[in-house]
Amino acid sequence: MRLTLNGAAVDVEAHPMKRLLDVLREECGLTGTKEGCGEGECGACTVLIDDQPVCACLVPWAHVDGRTVTSIEGLADQHPLQQAFMDEVGAQCGICTPGMILAAIALGPNPSLTKIKEGLAGNLCRCTGYEAIYRAIQSTAPVIPRSAAD
Amino acid sequence: MPVVGQSVRRKDGIGKATGRVQYADDLVFPGMLYGRTIRTTIPCGRIQDVKFQLSPGLTICDFRDIPGKNVVSLIVDDQPCLVEREVRHVAEPVLLLAHEDRDALLAATVEIEYEEVTPLFDPLRSEQVLKELLIEKGNLEKGFASADVIVEGVYRTGHQEHIYIETNGVVAVPEKNGIAVHGSIQCPFYVDRALRVLLGPGRHVRVVQAETGGGFGGKEEYPSMLACHATLLALKSGRPVKIIYDRVEDMLATTKRHPSLVRHKTGVKRDGRITAMDVEVVIDGGAYVTLSPVVLSRGGIHAAGPYRCANTRIRGRAMFTNTPPNGAFRGFGAPQTQFAMEVHMERIAETLGLDPVKVRERNALRPGDFTATGQKLREDCSALTVLREAVKRSGYRRKSKKYKGTNKGIGIALFYHGSGFTGSGELKLASRAAVECTERGVRLLVSSTEIGQGTRTMHAQIVADAMDIPYEQVEVAPVDTAVVPDSGPTVASRTCMVVGKILQRASEELKQKLGGMPPAEYYKRYGPLRVEKEHVPPEWLKWDEDRYRGDAYVTFAWACDVAEVEVDRDTFEVRPLRITAVQDIGRAIHPALATGQIEGGTGQGVGFALIEQVVMKNGAMANAQLTNYTIPTTLDTPDMDVVLLENPFPEGPFGAKGLGELPIDGPAPAIVNAIRSLGIDVREVPATPEVVMLAASNSRPAVERHVDMLTYGAPVAVFPPTARAPA
Repeated sequence: MRLTLNGAAVDVEAHPMKRLLDVLREECGLTGTKEGCGEGECGACTVLIDDQPVCACLVPWAHVDGRTVTSIEGLADQHPLQQAFMDEVGAQCGICTPGMILAAIALGPNPSLTKIKEGLAGNLCRCTGYEAIYRAIQSTAPVIPRSAAD
Repeated sequence: MPVVGQSVRRKDGIGKATGRVQYADDLVFPGMLYGRTIRTTIPCGRIQDVKFQLSPGLTICDFRDIPGKNVVSLIVDDQPCLVEREVRHVAEPVLLLAHEDRDALLAATVEIEYEEVTPLFDPLRSEQVLKELLIEKGNLEKGFASADVIVEGVYRTGHQEHIYIETNGVVAVPEKNGIAVHGSIQCPFYVDRALRVLLGPGRHVRVVQAETGGGFGGKEEYPSMLACHATLLALKSGRPVKIIYDRVEDMLATTKRHPSLVRHKTGVKRDGRITAMDVEVVIDGGAYVTLSPVVLSRGGIHAAGPYRCANTRIRGRAMFTNTPPNGAFRGFGAPQTQFAMEVHMERIAETLGLDPVKVRERNALRPGDFTATGQKLREDCSALTVLREAVKRSGYRRKSKKYKGTNKGIGIALFYHGSGFTGSGELKLASRAAVECTERGVRLLVSSTEIGQGTRTMHAQIVADAMDIPYEQVEVAPVDTAVVPDSGPTVASRTCMVVGKILQRASEELKQKLGGMPPAEYYKRYGPLRVEKEHVPPEWLKWDEDRYRGDAYVTFAWACDVAEVEVDRDTFEVRPLRITAVQDIGRAIHPALATGQIEGGTGQGVGFALIEQVVMKNGAMANAQLTNYTIPTTLDTPDMDVVLLENPFPEGPFGAKGLGELPIDGPAPAIVNAIRSLGIDVREVPATPEVVMLAASNSRPAVERHVDMLTYGAPVAVFPPTARAPA
């Protein structure tokens, strides 16, 4: 199967019905994608396929043929949201964090609080009550200079 | 510059934001096998026969492979590691399998033949008392005689599942003449001890905490079971064995919050003053003792709420039933009993036609007052402060008026939570912590685990300020029982207050020994230097374990929640709109982490209040998957306004009290009281649409009718006179 994984063209052999989650974790050694429920409820295994957030536990490997897949490792530690999650304590135990950050990226720039809540409704966090996650995402929005806001 | 009180960067922030930190399932060892647990499918009976087929590469263990004792050692050694014959609940482990190929492992079939015995699921019908307690103060009869009105009621709370997003998992690796277990673990020394009992004397044991994806009490006792299982398979096969539960297995087999039934009978004056309180608490312990006695203790001690009353009796019982054992869950009994107290308090105000805030103000504990156990409160008692601040901050009075005649309601809950182990528990634990010089600065060594709450960061802040060195120069040793001292378990809101204090003392001593020299320089010149200290409880702490008298906790944290809800009059769904949480935690070592604890605990409390319903059928959780057991998503979680108040506890590190559990005690009663403000007589959680609909359409609350069938009007049926009286 050929695809673009985290920005690089790769060719990975795996059973076509194996879960994308398992191929990423086992064949590709990318363990940043986590399993929380195995049935698409918790969103811990969220990755981006062609920039859309999906639960990697629900996707057979055959589905990503020719697609572009991004896991947390693909952000190369450079994404402002990763910085924001550190600054605002958006991660407590950290197990939902990779999926949460990828789902937040899919929200696009400057999402409203309503849009954040709707966009992250498929990503469960048991530690934060989500408030710090909202703060992290909102802190990455460009700050409007005071003079312009007045 | 001091870092205590600053929201410095988390020590583990980068690893978590990049997905690099290694949780149990991320660990891979050469030659590793996967393990699987074969479990009972009946709630009560005896095993007659176990049939399985041996296949190449399959390792199989049963109880006969246990070299030491067949128990998962905890308080009472009654829970077997593997069932020999007697079955007490569904999902008890019987047989262990391991194979290097997961498909082959899952393909293996095992048949178990049983002789079934009629199970018992109702704790009120159970005659097997697991633990009993009695707290008495003053003269109950006199108290009731002096009352103008007597208010009675029964309140119920359901099971709650932890739903840490990382399920339970461990890897056991043969090492020396024994084992090293790496895993998702809250209390590594509990696991260490359980393994030593399992293996018998003379075996090497080491327990290493992997990064842990949430615990909330759910990884306090059960990881010992997993560790024992993986160890047996690893020792038999001679290879590393990984056991990771899937979500269904985790929900079916592991512990949950104890369901409770609490009956209150309270004597009050017309002005709201309480003259007598009679409280009965029953919790469902499940099939083995595990931690239920301690849960009942904390629940019982908190059952009278943060209120003063000269004449109090609290009776509590934990009962055996044929369900998986219930266990530790954030709050540890106190959320259950304080739910009952706070909804009852609301009913007292309703009965007397008084303002709910005034009734609470009149009875709230003040410095100098005595709790139900006779503990005299000191200046760090803040019940009135948090109450008044929450009322003001939330606009409680204005909104109470504004919401009249609408579908919106507002409710209040005043609560408290004892910090650290109950009574003389901390003295018995004798926890230890250490600091040592390294070539980069100082390393702290504790067995307290980072499970999301920020242990590493908060401890490093305490050490940095006590040593007067930069926060960046403090590193935290990985938790490995062969390396770190036993700081006690990471439970009971003790990690900051108790272990943090030991670290502070150790750091101060190390600083003194260095005589002004930077620790890194000392290390380079003279080599290692380490200071290890033991916890010293305050001298004034007096506790009578048998009579439940005295100082139950060194201090309490105090809080008040105000909840606003909207009830759909057609579907009876309750939408939580906003929670104002005003919480006095002594001192916030790291305000952002502390706020995060309160927001997270409040969110869990919202789930407990409204949507988290464990459906038990024939002794097993029938909805054991996240599709059918839901926790609050972003859209179910209300807006939160968290206010940290800081009334320092002089003996805590920099004034800090315990914080972890406090926030989960309040949301359920505050939300139910908000529903009550709409005239809907709800007295139980989860307040699902079904419960709210019944309450809205019937004059008598469902919970009263439920108890009616069994014990209504006859508390002796709950506490039969034939039962052994508490010591």
